[in-house]
Amino acid sequence: MDPKTKRAKRFLEKREPKLKENTKNAMLIRGGNANLTVTEVKNITRPFEDQTSLEFFSKKSDCSLFLFGSHNKKRPNNLIIGRMFDYHVLDMIELGIEKFVSLKDVKNSKCPEGTKPMLIFAGDMFDVNEEYRRLKSLFIDFFRGPSVPSVRLAGLEYVLHFTAVEGKIYMRSYKVLLKKSGCKIPRIELEEMGPSLDLVMRRTHLASDDLYKLSLKQPKALKPKKKKNISHDVFGTTYGRIHMQKQDLGKLQTRKMKGLRKRPAEKSAEDGGVSPKKSKSA
Amino acid sequence: MAAVRVEEVLAAAEEQEAEKQRSITVEKELELEFDLGNLLALDRNPPAAAGLRGAGPRREALLRALARDNTQLLVARLWELPAERAGGAGGPLVARLPEPAFRLPREKPPPRPRPPTRWEQFARLKGIRRRKRTSLVWDEQAKEWRRRWGYRRAGGDPARAWLAEVPEGADPEEDQFARLRREKRERVARNELNRLRNLARAHRAGTAVPAAPLHPTGHQSREELGRVARVARVSTASLGRFQPRLPKEPAEPPSRSGGRKRRFEPLLGNLAAERSRQLELLRDMGSKKPVLDITRAVNKQLRQEEAEAAAAKGKKQSQRGKRGRRQQRAGRSSKKSGARRQQQQRPAGSSTGGGKRKKA
Repeated sequence: MDPKTKRAKRFLEKREPKLKENTKNAMLIRGGNANLTVTEVKNITRPFEDQTSLEFFSKKSDCSLFLFGSHNKKRPNNLIIGRMFDYHVLDMIELGIEKFVSLKDVKNSKCPEGTKPMLIFAGDMFDVNEEYRRLKSLFIDFFRGPSVPSVRLAGLEYVLHFTAVEGKIYMRSYKVLLKKSGCKIPRIELEEMGPSLDLVMRRTHLASDDLYKLSLKQPKALKPKKKKNISHDVFGTTYGRIHMQKQDLGKLQTRKMKGLRKRPAEKSAEDGGVSPKKSKSA
Repeated sequence: MAAVRVEEVLAAAEEQEAEKQRSITVEKELELEFDLGNLLALDRNPPAAAGLRGAGPRREALLRALARDNTQLLVARLWELPAERAGGAGGPLVARLPEPAFRLPREKPPPRPRPPTRWEQFARLKGIRRRKRTSLVWDEQAKEWRRRWGYRRAGGDPARAWLAEVPEGADPEEDQFARLRREKRERVARNELNRLRNLARAHRAGTAVPAAPLHPTGHQSREELGRVARVARVSTASLGRFQPRLPKEPAEPPSRSGGRKRRFEPLLGNLAAERSRQLELLRDMGSKKPVLDITRAVNKQLRQEEAEAAAAKGKKQSQRGKRGRRQQRAGRSSKKSGARRQQQQRPAGSSTGGGKRKKA
């Protein structure tokens, strides 16, 4: 497909695969509900049965993350979180919402929109279980926001805490209050902010290992170049190897002593020896 | 008495310090993992399941306590990062974050490398390496370091020279300055054209190969599978001529245009369309602007010229026969003869050097 105008060209360039990728966008989709009219039921999307429409939407809007909400009798309060690779569904995990407290329900001060959250995952399940590991990766992908080179320390005021216990995932969001502790590091107090969710995992659709590996593959140009002659040991000490010319020990300046001083005759002979050499080279 | 008092004061201070430390230290059985680039902390300690099983408020309190401890640890690590004041002394304290370490899957596969240009292909074949040259060279006349190329280059710009040598056997009436200028202009034009042709070739190579390799996702669309099957079908030695048909494959083998059939306009009926077509044709004929694709036409012309030149060269060489070749091996520089030998060794499938093969 060739662009016909400059604008179209720029648009396509923005979507091309890049070495350093754009920040991932997410699309939040409201699924078909039995209460809606018949026409809307016709256009119902069921990600787990047929992914075509999702992939179409993803291509249309250049979004690689999606969150799909639906509700029916068999699976009430359903939330599907997933991501795409090359416009194809990579991972997809269905979560049931058991309890939900929205942002408005909690009467507290909020933090501004666009704050980069601190993400904390607690529980051994996130490390042991493959599905939970993928879910963790999905949540990080979803909530981490743009990657930034630096951050204002006083602006760190939003924490998303995920706890996995006994088949349930508690997602809580807190506002951080930095209190004086008397030393450099402040003491942390947390204040419930909402939204908070109690989730259970339902169906999952995980990418095969080789596809996942392919999607994790880093282009060669992005890998840091190996620095030669520099090594580190276990304690973090840096060692450098340097190359030096062989030292001429004959010219080494030792302690000056009267007895070692050159006699005037010797000195003149040396001068005479050196001067013709100079003339030769010149 | 005084000594005792000093000890007391010291102990009190120590206790105070310990109290301060206690408020910001958290003890964990397993240490947390951090990825400060993502502001991420992973706590692998199993949480107290018994407490979390209980009623609402107690569970909330437990969760918040756990979150507080983990946040405290993360914040402690963040505060240790090298920080500076943004925008002068009065600005906010800004910590420099390391690169994100947690590996997340990419959104799209990495971009494909640009196909090599004609020269790069040739250089690779011959083992020619790029060598680095300094951009500055010593100018003997000006007694200073000057650029190798461009404005104020070393040795002076040959286009601005006041003297030009008349080569042996040249027409004495010919303006040598004009010749140099013309040759330069031609070289520039040829270079630009080669650049465009490389671009065109790269574009063609990009479209000829199936757009993307088929990923083993759970679901493939109909078009994707069709495209891949079409490519696979013609990827045999006979270009798919003797390929047995699949059960439900269409009887007509898909052509290069992807199975599209020619469509003709109806002979009678759509008069408006016919009229507009004829008018457009007339307008094209009447307009001063050429209708043809300039790049394509130039490419065609150039290729034709090259083919002719190659043919003429081949004829000349075949006339000279083996004697000429022997002379050449002895006399010419090693680089050129090497190139010739390489071309002779090339398989018959390669496109260039048609004239030379005649001789071999």
